[in-house]
Amino acid sequence: MKYYDKLIFELSCEGRCGYTLPDADWAQTSDSIPDGLKRSAAPGLPQVSEPEVVRHYTNLSDMNFGVDTGFYPLGSCTMKYNPKINEEIAGMPGFKGIHPLQPRSTVRGVMKLYGDLSSALCAITGMAGFTLNPFAGAHGELTGLMIMRRYHICRGDMKRTRVIVPDSAHGTNPASAAVCGLDVVQVNSLPDGTIDVDHLKTLLDDTVAGIMMTNPNTLGLFETRIEEIADLVHGCGGLLYYDGANMNPLLGVVRPGDMGFDIMHLNLHKTFSTPHGGGGPGAGPVGVAEHLLPYLPLPRIDGEKPDECAGRVSGFMGNFGVLMKAYAYILMLGRQNIRMAGPLATLNANYIKESLKDCYRLPIDKVCKHEFVFDGLADKSTGVTTLDVAKRLLDYGFHAPTVYFPLLFHQSIMIEPTETESRETLDAFIEVMRKIAEEAAADPDMVRSAPHNTSVRRPDETAAARHPVLKYRDLA
Amino acid sequence: MSKTVAGLLYSESHEWVSVDGNIATVGITDFAQHALGNLSYVDMPETDDEVTKGEEFGAVESVKAASDLYSPVSGKVVETNSELEDAPERLNVDPYANWIIRVEMSDPSELDDLMDEAAYISFCEKE
Repeated sequence: MKYYDKLIFELSCEGRCGYTLPDADWAQTSDSIPDGLKRSAAPGLPQVSEPEVVRHYTNLSDMNFGVDTGFYPLGSCTMKYNPKINEEIAGMPGFKGIHPLQPRSTVRGVMKLYGDLSSALCAITGMAGFTLNPFAGAHGELTGLMIMRRYHICRGDMKRTRVIVPDSAHGTNPASAAVCGLDVVQVNSLPDGTIDVDHLKTLLDDTVAGIMMTNPNTLGLFETRIEEIADLVHGCGGLLYYDGANMNPLLGVVRPGDMGFDIMHLNLHKTFSTPHGGGGPGAGPVGVAEHLLPYLPLPRIDGEKPDECAGRVSGFMGNFGVLMKAYAYILMLGRQNIRMAGPLATLNANYIKESLKDCYRLPIDKVCKHEFVFDGLADKSTGVTTLDVAKRLLDYGFHAPTVYFPLLFHQSIMIEPTETESRETLDAFIEVMRKIAEEAAADPDMVRSAPHNTSVRRPDETAAARHPVLKYRDLA
Repeated sequence: MSKTVAGLLYSESHEWVSVDGNIATVGITDFAQHALGNLSYVDMPETDDEVTKGEEFGAVESVKAASDLYSPVSGKVVETNSELEDAPERLNVDPYANWIIRVEMSDPSELDDLMDEAAYISFCEKE
């Protein structure tokens, strides 16, 4: 990977341009624009030639790493391969060229797609209806909690303001609850990594709005007591929210609706192959059980505006391109083949886990689902940390796993290979991970100073956090 | 092995307390700063704020994680360590020399629930 760090503005040269347009033979006027709205200085656009622009962006793209470049075992992110046919279909002119303000009567095909995708997601999850509006997983969580809150308020049950969140939860769960104006209460995990049901019982009363759960949880472990938990939470009048971040191993096998969940979101940009990373675009549709259908937010596929609805969560109906790619993915696999994704993702994760557990510390040694967590190297005497292992992986051309999450362990390394990787890729990764463990013992300083082969070495994250340089002009 | 200091009291959420009459001085332990890694920000209460035993009174952020601070005692904040605002790294350098808040205790008997140095050392071994 060659190093390239220019900004397009640094390439700018006074008077240079890509095209010179012929004189249009008419005069431009800005008379109709009020004086206060007129620009007083030129906009300062970069002045560059066409080959400079092409080389600039091509060089920048060469610095990127994605699923199309190599193995990307980023735990909790389900970085599966995105079939290129998804892009072809999402790029069809009839879909790509529409405008969100077009009347519904002119986009019947699009409305059919919304309906069909919702039905497919209902069949996969066991929910009764979906809103496709939320733009990301966290947006879905907020939408789901707004539905939960609206449900209690509409029943006149005003004191339900507490949301129970496991200590292993994704950080977005408590954050979404707080943004929704709800109070977060933490339920502890047992040593085996699952929810402490006895502790949960002590938290349940008539102030509980609901519980947010991920199943399998962030340790990749299936919460086997989910039916008991559902009975307990429903018994005290609360609702169950399913964080769909870890839906991949359950695809077509187990349905959150059947486990007792009332509200859930799906990360289409994880489970349904539409590519993500780098902040989007995403899609976090929210599904609800039958009794919560009136609470689905605006704008709705059915065009209705019931009094109970949770309000408007977006201007328009979702990131349509992402929805299309998920729909293409579902149709391409079909009812039978979509059931293969979960078992293969689970097999791949367990294969890596079992192949490495002698040189990395496996805190909970049981069958995992789509992902699992190591607690650093098995040999703690080398002083080599999880961060060092992750940095060294970059030298070997792999994307690093998720590190220091979940917070239950001090040296978490969270590995999720997904079902789209071959045995050869998994073996190559295992071999490198074993090699790094050997290097940590033989030459710890070399691992601690990794990466050595990348264009950017180890940035000073602490200095960046303590003294951030936020403006380009402030760069030394 | 994390450092501890004799004569201090310790909480299960890794805060230390030093008692002088009715005033409790509170900081985080070496175990805590080590687990968090390089700290980038300390969020502290205001003077005169009320704090409650077992409830959060602030937070520390590092490049790895953000973590709430839990008050080991109840009472009124009489002083905060303003030096930490611009130099949170002091907690990494010497967590026992750099306190975070001083609290005028409303119920000094709450100190009985805290651990002494020996108990805290064995508590950390299990963490």
